[in-house]
Amino acid sequence: MSTENAYEALAEAHDDARWAFGTSFDDPLAGVDTTVPSGVDGDDLHAYCLMLGDDALIASHRLQEWCTNAPELEDEVALANIALDLLGQARLLLARAGERGEDYHAFFRDEQEFRNVRLVEPAGGDFGYLIAWLLVFTSWRLALLQRLESSRDPVLAAVAAKGVKEMTYHRDYAARWAVRLGDGTEYSHDRMRAGFEAVWPLVDELFTPHPIERRMAEHGVGVDPATVRAEFDDVLARVLDAATLELPEIPALAGVSGKTGRHGVHTEAMGYLLAELQSIARAHPEAIW
Amino acid sequence: MSHDWPLYEVFVRGKRGLNHVHVGSLHAADDQMALHHARDLYTRRNEGVSIWVVKATDITASSPDEKDPFFAPSGDKVYRHPTFYDIPDDVPHM
Repeated sequence: MSTENAYEALAEAHDDARWAFGTSFDDPLAGVDTTVPSGVDGDDLHAYCLMLGDDALIASHRLQEWCTNAPELEDEVALANIALDLLGQARLLLARAGERGEDYHAFFRDEQEFRNVRLVEPAGGDFGYLIAWLLVFTSWRLALLQRLESSRDPVLAAVAAKGVKEMTYHRDYAARWAVRLGDGTEYSHDRMRAGFEAVWPLVDELFTPHPIERRMAEHGVGVDPATVRAEFDDVLARVLDAATLELPEIPALAGVSGKTGRHGVHTEAMGYLLAELQSIARAHPEAIW
Repeated sequence: MSHDWPLYEVFVRGKRGLNHVHVGSLHAADDQMALHHARDLYTRRNEGVSIWVVKATDITASSPDEKDPFFAPSGDKVYRHPTFYDIPDDVPHM
């Protein structure tokens, strides 16, 4: 057995020559029945998968923008890992959202057809904003996925089971940084507080159910986001307490005639984001990697 | 900032019960951050089930100048190697 190089040693003793290092990857959908559960409207299920998938897709895109921009190389890789995990969730969910497939849903829908919450849309911000944003997003999504593990739809249940392990780590990453910066120097404390204040107007929307989310919850397939508010508040209160920060008291950003991201009404940033996300695929629709 | 963060050495144990093996190094502000950075940097491709990190300054290493007194004396002691046995064909990993 070779011990010259750790990776040689790790790669030994399995046959799959395509992978240089680890193998035995898990297929999250292996053996999962993909028929729509009885009594569930297929269109509703597709729309619900778009909501959860779009959240992950757009959040992943914003995280990818930190590549080459993070303050430390180590954190850059950490953020890229999180972005990839979310992209993986998005792929499974968009593939579940109808016959047209994941690429169609990611690249060829227009802005008003996206169903993500507006929280994932804003561009830029400093590292303090990023951490506040990530803590809010991951705490909310982890709580959703934990409940979704018992979904009657076997695909959603499998995606959730995979996602819970990922999101647990993502939330841990964000919480550690929030505490480190919040309970750090006076300067880092102020930057961290400013981050939470910038994120806060888009928090209430996370817990406002769309009629489709309500229907899916009634059928035992989806989760009514209003039911995870208490858990979210508890997590945020504990992290912010450890970070010597206070929960911001900032009013929510109103929708347009009561419509928000889940209805396809987005912030200004969404158009620019989609232009970047979709321009290559639209300019070269036949292109493959 | 990097210059403020100490260097850590990372050891990963693979899935198949191997020893922890040195895989590289990283910068981190403290031990816990080093462990998480190691997870993010060195187990991305399903490599490991266990990670050790240790501050590079905490490692006592043999000096290249002492290479000969340390290692040369064992160079001609062939009798210390179990090479005088016939190994059956069905014994793996030898």
